[in-house]
Amino acid sequence: MGRYLPGDSLIYHLDPRGKFLLTFYFVGIVFFANNVASYALLLAFVLFAVYLSKINFGFFIKGLKPVFWLILFTVILQLLFTPSNNPIWHWGIFTLSKEGMVISAYIFMRFILIIFISTLLTLTTTPIEISDSIESILKPLKRINFPVTQVALMLSIALRFVPLLVDETTKIMDAQRARGVDFGEGGLIKRIKSFVPILIPLFVSSFSIAYDLAIAMESRGYKDGEGRSKYRVLSWARRDNLTIIFMIGLTIILLFLRSY
Amino acid sequence: MEITFEHVTHSYNADGPTASLGLDDVSLTIKDGLFTAIVGQTGSGKSTLVRHINALLKPTSGIVKIGSRVIDSETSNKNLKSLRKQVGMVFQFPESQLFEETVEKDIMFGPINFGATEDQAKESAQKMIQMVGLDESYLSKSPFDLSGGQMRRVAIAGVLASDPETIILDEPTAGLDPVGRQEIMDMFKGLQKNGKTIVLITHNMDDVANYADDVAVIHSGKLIANGLPKDIFNNNDLLKNDLLTLPKSAEFAKKLSQKGFSFSKLPITIDELGTEIKQQLNGD
Ligand SMILES: Nc1ncnc2c1ncn2[C@@H]1O[C@H](COP(=O)(O)OP(=O)(O)O)[C@@H](O)[C@H]1O
Ligand SMILES: [Mg+2]
Repeated sequence: MGRYLPGDSLIYHLDPRGKFLLTFYFVGIVFFANNVASYALLLAFVLFAVYLSKINFGFFIKGLKPVFWLILFTVILQLLFTPSNNPIWHWGIFTLSKEGMVISAYIFMRFILIIFISTLLTLTTTPIEISDSIESILKPLKRINFPVTQVALMLSIALRFVPLLVDETTKIMDAQRARGVDFGEGGLIKRIKSFVPILIPLFVSSFSIAYDLAIAMESRGYKDGEGRSKYRVLSWARRDNLTIIFMIGLTIILLFLRSY
Repeated sequence: MEITFEHVTHSYNADGPTASLGLDDVSLTIKDGLFTAIVGQTGSGKSTLVRHINALLKPTSGIVKIGSRVIDSETSNKNLKSLRKQVGMVFQFPESQLFEETVEKDIMFGPINFGATEDQAKESAQKMIQMVGLDESYLSKSPFDLSGGQMRRVAIAGVLASDPETIILDEPTAGLDPVGRQEIMDMFKGLQKNGKTIVLITHNMDDVANYADDVAVIHSGKLIANGLPKDIFNNNDLLKNDLLTLPKSAEFAKKLSQKGFSFSKLPITIDELGTEIKQQLNGD
């Protein structure tokens, strides 16, 4: 997944609520695929969506980086530990077989599909849009007195501050490096200790940011609860209906292609 | 220690799709024992430039020489301690690096990382707290109980405590009161007189005129001018294109020249301006 990337294409203009729910829906139906044809269909769909987004493919490859080891580990695990009646190669507890290869290829495909589609969501949807969507989706819970607006506000503030904290962390790490700290050197205890000079300044600055923000919001008259109007109004358009219809079509073909 | 940049280019996120150029083919020599000012608009690459001097960043291409050390894109992230001991760096808003229970411990943090004994570090803390204009009673306080300006001074003391040969200052006086800023600038000038090399990033042209021996002007990642303050502030190309503003004295001299005074070169400090005016008035 990646940070939001400003851009302009159909995918950007889709209603974030639809994008958000359909992304989850897609992640769900990935688990229905169980043969070459069905995986090929889903891959074609994801690549088509990537194409429509007009985003450089490199960003999607980059989305794989943080989970690269997880993917490799899972795939190798499947490859070597899938039990089989006619293994190609066998050594101790390890078994290499055709079934194992097929299963690990499918698992690999699942990772790719899920990561690409969620990268597509995060690249084309601002964190604020995502939290607005969550608020809108959770709205029915207001009836049981669930504090939807407050939760959504907390969420959007948290999302807003993630990049800020990342920058702050880099800055503090650089400052302590300049004072002779070696991160990731020495024994375990030494390594853990070397994070104290980062964590404390980070806490201090988070609290002061939070405090400033609270004062700024209050002085501009923020009051939580009912009656707040929205600056960003989400609007559901025809293209969003079409996307849903497209998704239903995809599901039907998928159910048709998968083997039972 | 002389510091030399040879065709240094730095690209942020070089291997990703969002690569952006922080420095573009910069060649520059920062001479030993001088007070060098680095100026340029926000985002021009000043911080990127100085972060190469203690290898927090490495060139994407080109090399940086710091004394006998050579840093290029292949340099390992290990064994940089000796370099970082020699090159102290005061970051923008350095107060955010404070973390210890007491001011004394925070100042001792650097020296101890660089191999000083507890006693040496303590001694150093006592010396430095006075150097930055606070008295010894501050040593036992928590850094978080201090005012912003006092925290700034403690943070600067923490960098100076390791006794670096070269001191890099990234907008060290931003947000300080005028008296405080002058005190701190005078202290840096004093350090230079004691043999340190000073590199100062600043937006304050009066500080450049009053303290610097050498100026480098950065624009869009490129070095566009380098020379004596007097020459740089008389470089009409830079001024015309708004790449540089004048110190107050030069600004004043410019106005005077519309009223009948004439300056072969704009004076850049109050003293120079005073001498010039006196001469021209007496000459009449
Ligand atoms: N960590 C970073 N990642 C990506 N780009 C950066 C980073 N730091 C700085 N830049 C970019 O490099 C350029 C120079 O930044 P910087 O050296 O901080 O400028 P200055 O200190 O002159 O204000 C700017 O365009 C900035 O956006
Ligand atoms: Mg800067």
